[in-house]
Amino acid sequence: MSADRFVSGLEFLGATPLLWLSLTLGAYLAATVVNERCYRTPLLNPTLLAIALVVVVLTATGTSYKRYFDGAQFVHFLLGPAIVAMAVPLYRHTEIIRKSAGALFGALVIGSVTAILSSVLVARSLGGDRELWLSMAPKSATAAISMAISGRIGGIPALTAVLTISTGITGACLASYVLRLAGVREWHARGFAMGLCSHGIATARAFQENEIAGTFAGLAMALNGIATAALVPLIIKLLDRAG
Amino acid sequence: MSAIFVLIVLQLIGESIVQVSGLPVPGAIIGLILLYAILLLRGEISDEMSRTSGFLLQNLGVLFVPAGVGVIAYLPMIATQWLLILAVLLVSVCATIAITGLVVARLSPRGIETVEAVARS
Repeated sequence: MSADRFVSGLEFLGATPLLWLSLTLGAYLAATVVNERCYRTPLLNPTLLAIALVVVVLTATGTSYKRYFDGAQFVHFLLGPAIVAMAVPLYRHTEIIRKSAGALFGALVIGSVTAILSSVLVARSLGGDRELWLSMAPKSATAAISMAISGRIGGIPALTAVLTISTGITGACLASYVLRLAGVREWHARGFAMGLCSHGIATARAFQENEIAGTFAGLAMALNGIATAALVPLIIKLLDRAG
Repeated sequence: MSAIFVLIVLQLIGESIVQVSGLPVPGAIIGLILLYAILLLRGEISDEMSRTSGFLLQNLGVLFVPAGVGVIAYLPMIATQWLLILAVLLVSVCATIAITGLVVARLSPRGIETVEAVARS
């Protein structure tokens, strides 16, 4: 094979979506295998490992994110149908939702306020500047919503995106330990806590633990998107008044 | 085949409703509500829909990889303040998960499936 053909072959590979699709699925498969070898420890979250692996490959080959995403967007695209599909377990577990509706509403308000206040107050007490803690306030809502809130209240949406994904991964890694320490054993309560705090990434983790947990994580993620959008501007206003 | 078609068409209808009405809700959420309504009307879930939704939701983690990779490009933004951010993440994530989980567990009626129930079976 001549050098020319080798180079044009490489260019073809870089341009076809198949390569970046394969990289995405392959990285996730590899991450799943590593996770299983390590006794499925939540600390080695497959989503986190796969992201890290893809970043290493893109950096090593000098591939732009745009080029990667052009190929990998087919995987990203399936997020929409997956959200629609959540209607199936929600329908299956409607009875538990009905029985615990009051508890869920109470936990939504208390949990959402906890998420917002704890990030703002800790960031302020450690000397973070205003832009940073404004960007942190909505980080428990799913990325599209948290970035929109951040822009509206004077935060930096790109920074909020990083903080939101980090919150998702931190929650997916630590939730099992925190819930065990707190003595929360009901699947619906465990899932609701994971989805409220750490949106889709922890919802993915919850579905792997138990279907009820996953269902309630998805429900909490949707509800906390709304609650965070309503509560963040209110809490920021109150904090500013209090000084 | 028909299940994935239904999921995509319902999202399409959801996106169209959002476009026309200007509702501040993602189209996929409208699609979810529509599918839930269909299941209520039919009173049952087809085997195929059950399998397809199970497949998508069991593999939800991979769907966040492409967007997650994009976010990592912004990591240098937090390089100078990583310790502060790590502290905030740990405190707020642990507090939020513990408090939310405890409130749901304490206020819910007894008899909902627990970790032990699965471990025993």
